[in-house]
Amino acid sequence: MAKQVKIDAKGVHYTPLNQQIRKAIEDGADEIVVDNVLGQRFIGNGLRGNATIRVKGVAGGDLAMFMSGPTVIVDGNAEHAPGNTMDSGKVVIHGSAGDAVAHSMRGGKVFVRGDIGYRGGIHMKQYETQRPILVVGGSAQMFLGEYMAGGLLLVLGLDGAVKAREIGSGIHGGEIVIRGDVDDACLAAGAKKLPLTDEDRARIAPVIREFAADFGLDAEPLVKANYTRIVPASARPFAGKYTWE
Amino acid sequence: MSSNFGSMPLRYRISIDREQCMECGRCVENCPYGVFRWDGNRILINSRNCTACHRCVTYCPRDAIMLQEQPCDYRSHPVWTRSVRESIYNQARTGKIILAGMGSVSNLPIIFDHLMLDACQVTTPPTDPLREPVELRTYLGKKPSKLEFRQKPNGDVELSTELTPNLMLETPIMLGHMSYGALSLNAHVAMARAAKETGTYMGTGEGGLHPGLYPYQDRMIVQVASGRFGVNIDYLERGAAIELKLGQGAKPGIGGHLPGEKVSADVSRTRMIPQGSDAISPAPHHDIYGIEDLPQLVNSVKEATEYKKPIFAKIAAVNNNAENVAAVARSGVDAIAIDGFRGGTGAAPRVFRDHVGIPIEVAIATADKELRKQGLRNEVSLIACGSIRESTDVIKAIALGADAVYIATAALAAMGCRVCGNCYQGLCSWGIATQRPDLVARLDPDVASKQVANLIHAWTLEITELMGAAGINSIESLRGNRDRLRGYMLDEGLLEILDVKSVGA
Repeated sequence: MAKQVKIDAKGVHYTPLNQQIRKAIEDGADEIVVDNVLGQRFIGNGLRGNATIRVKGVAGGDLAMFMSGPTVIVDGNAEHAPGNTMDSGKVVIHGSAGDAVAHSMRGGKVFVRGDIGYRGGIHMKQYETQRPILVVGGSAQMFLGEYMAGGLLLVLGLDGAVKAREIGSGIHGGEIVIRGDVDDACLAAGAKKLPLTDEDRARIAPVIREFAADFGLDAEPLVKANYTRIVPASARPFAGKYTWE
Repeated sequence: MSSNFGSMPLRYRISIDREQCMECGRCVENCPYGVFRWDGNRILINSRNCTACHRCVTYCPRDAIMLQEQPCDYRSHPVWTRSVRESIYNQARTGKIILAGMGSVSNLPIIFDHLMLDACQVTTPPTDPLREPVELRTYLGKKPSKLEFRQKPNGDVELSTELTPNLMLETPIMLGHMSYGALSLNAHVAMARAAKETGTYMGTGEGGLHPGLYPYQDRMIVQVASGRFGVNIDYLERGAAIELKLGQGAKPGIGGHLPGEKVSADVSRTRMIPQGSDAISPAPHHDIYGIEDLPQLVNSVKEATEYKKPIFAKIAAVNNNAENVAAVARSGVDAIAIDGFRGGTGAAPRVFRDHVGIPIEVAIATADKELRKQGLRNEVSLIACGSIRESTDVIKAIALGADAVYIATAALAAMGCRVCGNCYQGLCSWGIATQRPDLVARLDPDVASKQVANLIHAWTLEITELMGAAGINSIESLRGNRDRLRGYMLDEGLLEILDVKSVGA
């Protein structure tokens, strides 16, 4: 039987709070419900295993940074950089999230139902089977996928047009897929648009279905929708900039 | 479209004394740059490919090979120097930023060379280090501002202040951060073994930790830089300490690129990126856009590693160094490494390498002064780096306020590096800055580690002698002890900044 542990975060500083979560995992908890979270940072940082942590409230900065395995579900918003340098596991945010979501993430999934701030998916990278996935239900701000080196960044624009500009500045790996058309003027140097092929659609369909299931959405219209795929113009965006002494 | 420049004058000329040469062909085998080749039974020379790495000179059994630098003169001119002219020709041809290897080549005065050390004479006697211990053991990390004790029921007294983790060094010399990828695995293994043997630590640089270094992980300071290459929780937990790289003295304010050619299968595994792809480290950490974001990263790393190890930050020495250091000290780090403008690099834009930043001597002195002024000196240790060339640089850096130093180019030289500055070519003939298996195999980690350990031992002995001569028996009494320095031919303004008196005063 699944072991559930409840923790009340009301008025608790992040260090003792995270110690309680860590201890619960060490003691074999499968599910940890953290109530009354109000901006405590670093929840799930560096945690291993496959427990599920349910955050009730607003998660603070660097949620699930360096995390390797667990699932974190936030019933609320998340602050700066959830999924920062995350290795594996899953972060599901039912609200919106701040800047630098999934910064340097190298594996696992970050799903945000609402909007994200600036620099979403910045410097995500992949290696062999580790391929990070960031899906945003709403919109994203400027510098989406900046310096992106690998993985998949999907923006669904469920709540209106996607506002991102300067998309894929310095991108040298991975792919950014945005529902609907993207104006050329919104692309940054180093990024180029490609039409979504049937093969691409087949690859993103399971991700869309998983996202839709997590948030109770109807997946099929999204799977069939029109998408723009943005990829690096070159794997070496800086190769032409330098000469040797 | 080609240029009308033709070929530039030779940088180096290689010649063979044909009387001495016995056509053994070791030069042909040893040169990876293609200077020598066989033409029948005669060895031909293409000096244009020469980097002055000295591999041929060293391995010629007859001393038949000679190298001459700049064999062709330009019209001499004090303003339009050779380097200025050749840079113009290069950029007129290419229209690009010029990259160069290793540290600054600017012929600016070196402050260390204008600081003289003290010794005892008749008013106080020197200490004889053969007879009396001179303590060099150094602890890096936060020191409590006060100690509290409690009395147990049986009358014994015990410490009640909770201490934060420190690194214990047997000598205040550490091996600085140079990544696996920029350097070969054999070079990394050699330095790691030397660090273990001499009781000190080594930086991983931003390249992850190769499994071949796991046996030495308790001697490794693992680096987290803006590219986050090779960084995961396993990496953080393996290190003895964690260093957040915020800047580099050779190129303050910009990031770095490891070219795809250097990302071999092994390097790709360690960095966790695809083979052959460029590894791009952005200029800032993109989760630090302001000084208030730095404590978040510091605390995030501390939370992830459960406050078990010291966290360092490395910054480049720039104009507002004192403010930078104070800000970093308030972010919660345990030590700050400051990299002066002569710091080394695999590759940096020439204009940054030679023109951006301030000297390490000034940066350490102003950092120490500012931290003391703000009551923060006990909160962080200071590590000086960026062209620490010999034991006297170490002792002078400590007297100016450092706790320890990082050496890097000096450690490479101890393994054979001739400071030719062609690290970026990936063809290092000494097997140090290359990933080509036949070249890497030239560096025997057993031999190279002994040489690096010898260098650290030798400097440690010299420091002990110099301290003994000055009547100082512990490194703590030397730290920030500017009274043991005198400035020779330094101007008044600089003496005031360094807080050092002039010779004779």
